Amino acid sequence: MRELKILAVVVFFSLLTYYLVEPYAHHEMHKKVDAQGSEIKVEGHGFTYDGTDDIAEVDRVLSNLDYETKALTEKVKELKQELIDNNDVNKTEVQNSIDASERRISVIPADIEASKQLLTKKKAFWSDVAEVAKLEGNPAAGEAGFGLCLGCHNGANMNMGGVIPPNLDHAGAIYDKNYLIALIKDPAMASNVDHKYADTMMHPMGSIKSMMSDNQQIADVVAYLLQNKAGEVTPKEAFMEACVRCHAVRYGKLTQLGETPAFKHEKDALAHKIKVIDEQDAVKAYMGKLPPDLSMIIRARGEHFMETFIENPQSQLAGTSMPRVGLNHEGYEKVKAYLTEVGDPSKEKREALGPIVIGFFILFSLLALLWKKSQWRDLH
Amino acid sequence: MAHFEKAKNLNEWLDQRLAVNTLKKVLNTEYWIPKDINFLWAMGMVLAATFGILVLSGIFLLMYYKPDTNLAFDSVNYTIMSEVGYGWLWRHIHGVGASIVFLIIYIHMFTGIYYGSYKRGRELIWLSGMALFVAFSAEAFSGYMLPWGQMSYWAGMVITNLFSGGSLEAYGLVEWIRGDYVPGDAFLTRFFMLHVFLIPLVIIGLIVLHFGTLRIPHVNNQEGAEIDFKEAADLYKAGKKKESKVIPFSPVFLSKDVFVMGVYFILFFYLVFYNFNFAMDPVNFDPADGLKTPAHIYPEWYFLWSYEILRPFGKDAGLIAFAIAQLALFFLPFIDRSPNVAPAHKRGLFQVWFWVLLIDMIALTALGKLPPTDPTFAFLGKVAAWTFLALGPVLVIITMFEKKIEKGA
Repeated sequence: MRELKILAVVVFFSLLTYYLVEPYAHHEMHKKVDAQGSEIKVEGHGFTYDGTDDIAEVDRVLSNLDYETKALTEKVKELKQELIDNNDVNKTEVQNSIDASERRISVIPADIEASKQLLTKKKAFWSDVAEVAKLEGNPAAGEAGFGLCLGCHNGANMNMGGVIPPNLDHAGAIYDKNYLIALIKDPAMASNVDHKYADTMMHPMGSIKSMMSDNQQIADVVAYLLQNKAGEVTPKEAFMEACVRCHAVRYGKLTQLGETPAFKHEKDALAHKIKVIDEQDAVKAYMGKLPPDLSMIIRARGEHFMETFIENPQSQLAGTSMPRVGLNHEGYEKVKAYLTEVGDPSKEKREALGPIVIGFFILFSLLALLWKKSQWRDLH
Repeated sequence: MAHFEKAKNLNEWLDQRLAVNTLKKVLNTEYWIPKDINFLWAMGMVLAATFGILVLSGIFLLMYYKPDTNLAFDSVNYTIMSEVGYGWLWRHIHGVGASIVFLIIYIHMFTGIYYGSYKRGRELIWLSGMALFVAFSAEAFSGYMLPWGQMSYWAGMVITNLFSGGSLEAYGLVEWIRGDYVPGDAFLTRFFMLHVFLIPLVIIGLIVLHFGTLRIPHVNNQEGAEIDFKEAADLYKAGKKKESKVIPFSPVFLSKDVFVMGVYFILFFYLVFYNFNFAMDPVNFDPADGLKTPAHIYPEWYFLWSYEILRPFGKDAGLIAFAIAQLALFFLPFIDRSPNVAPAHKRGLFQVWFWVLLIDMIALTALGKLPPTDPTFAFLGKVAAWTFLALGPVLVIITMFEKKIEKGA
C-alpha cells in the first residue's frame, strides 16, 4: 500500500536524523581520547575499589610521555632537515621551535621517573589494601580504635582543615569495605586526589596515617564499622553523610551545614545564613571553587556519567579536586534515590500516568479510524 | 438599520447577524479538498493541533513562570516541576511540543517541495508558510531563553553575537538587542515578552493568512492534477461521490485528519513521558553561569542545519552563507522554472535534486552537532554546506530544461 510506503520513508529519515543528532553526536561529543588519539573507555566497576582505575591512569600518563618523546624527537629531526633543505624559512623561528622541543625532551625523563615511582607506590598501596582485606577483623577490638576517629567525626559540625568531618553513623552500610581500609591507610591515595597533596598541603585526615598504622588495627576498625555502623539508612541520610559537607541542595533545604531549620525570627535566619556563607567560604578555599548545588543534577547528567563519576571523579573530570567518596552499590542507589526525589520528583507520577494517556490515544485512534472508514466508504 | 425577522432558534439568530451558515459552508462543508491525497496532507492540521497544545500548556506555565534572572531557573525547575500539581506534565508537553512541531514543519515543507505545491497560483501558500517557519523559529529561540539554564544563556550569547555582523563589528547593535553587554535581566524580560506576546500574535495572524492563501488555489493533490473544483463539487453534491474528484473538508477530510492526529499523539505522548531528553537538553538543567562556558554549545536540532552552514566558513563568508541559507527557501517558487506541477518522481532530474536536498539537510543537521575539531567532520561539513549553496543555481538550470508533462497521457 502506497501510504505505508510513504510512512516508511518518513519514519526512516526521522529516525536517521534522531540517531545522528542524539546517540551518535553525544557519543562523539563526550568521547575521551588520550594524547595519542585513542579512545579512553570510561567504565564502572560496580562500586568496588581495588585501584584498577588509579593504576591505569598513571599507566596512561607514562604511555603518553613515551609517545610525546617520540613525537618531539621526530619533529626536531624534521625541523633540522628543513633548516638544511630550505633556505626560504625563517631560521630563527625554526631554531626557536627546535630549542623549545629539545628543552621539553630534556625534562620528560624526570617526569617519566616521577610517574614510574608513583605507579610503584599506587600498586604497592592497593596490594597492601588487598592484604588488609584478607585479615579477619575483630569488631570488639575495633571499637577502641574507632575512638580515635571520634576525635573529629563527632557530629559537632565544625570545619576541620577544609570541610566538616562527615558523620559515620552508617559508614558500614554505604561505603565499600576495601575503600574504608584504603581511606584509613592513606586518605589522599584512597580518594584518588593524591595529586592535590603532592607538595606541602596535608590532607585534612592525613594524621590518621600515623595514628593507625597497624594492619590488624585497621581491619578491626573496619570490621567494627561494618558491624556496628551498618543500620538501615534512608536516602536522605546517605546523602547527608556522603555528600553534604561540600554540596548544597537548595531544593531539599540542605546546605554545607546540613538541614536548614525553620526560624521564627528573621534575625536568626540571617545569622544562620552568615554561618552558611562562612562554611561555604572555607569549603571554597579548600576545594578551589564552591562545589555545585546538586538540586537538579539528576536531570543534568546521564546515568552512566553519574555512576562512573561518583565511583571515580577523575575518570570523567581529570584533575578535579573532588575526592572519590567510596560509596558501595547500596550507598550509590540511596544517594541516587535522594537526588531523584529532589531533582525529578515527578518520575513516579510520570511513569504511572504515561500508559493511561498513551492508552487513551490508542483508543482515540481506533475510534477515529472507524469514523474515517465510515466517511470514506462511499468515495471509491 | 437593516430589517431583522424574529429568529426561531439560536442558529437562525446567529445566522442573521453573523452569517454562520454561509461561514460554515465556506470553511467546512463546501470547502473542497481533492480526494487523491495521502496522510501527508494531514500535517497542516497536525501542526495546528500542536500549536494549540503549545498555547494551552504555555498558558499554564505562564501562571508560575518568573522572568527574572534570579528566579527564572527555580520557578521552572522547582515551582513548576515539583510544587505545582501536574506542572511537570505541562512543562514536558511544552518542551516536547516545541521540538516535535519542527519535525512536522519539516515534513510539511518537504511534502510541499516533493509534490510541487508551491507553484502556479500556490506561491503565497509557500511564502506565508515560510514566514510561519521563521516566526516559529523566533518563538522557539525566545522560549529557549526562559528556563535560564546554561544552554539558554550561552545560546543567547552566541546567537545575539551574530548581529555584530562579523567585520562590521556592530557591537552597539548587539548591546541594543541584549539591553546589556551580556545576556542579563533586560535580555530575559524582553525575550519573555516576545515569547508570550508578540511572536504568538504574529504566528496566529500568519496561520490565518496561510489558511486564506489555500482557499482559492485549493490544496494540491498526489498527481498535481488540475481539477475543475466547481464541476467536481456539483458532482459530489449530486450524490455522485465516486465520480467526483473532491471531498468536503468537514467531515470527510477531517475524519482522516483526526485519525492521523490520533496516531501522532501516541508518538507525542510517548516522547513526553519516556523520551524527552532530545527536546529538554540535560545541559540546560545546570543554571546559567556566565563564568563557565559549556564544553559544547549547540542549538536545538531543528536549527542545526543552518548553524552548520555558518560554521565551516570564515567569519564574514560564514555570515553571508548563513543569511543566504535563511532566505534561500523563500525563493523556491521563483527559482523552480519548470512548467509542471507534479510529484518529484515524474519530474526527472528534479527527483534527484529533491533527495539530494533532503539528505544534505540531514547531513548538515548531524554535522552541526558533531565536534568540528575532528578533521573528517570539518571536511564533511564544508562539503555539505557548499552542496546546499549550490543546490539553488542547480535547481534553476535543471528546471529550465525540464520537459512539459502532457496531462492525461
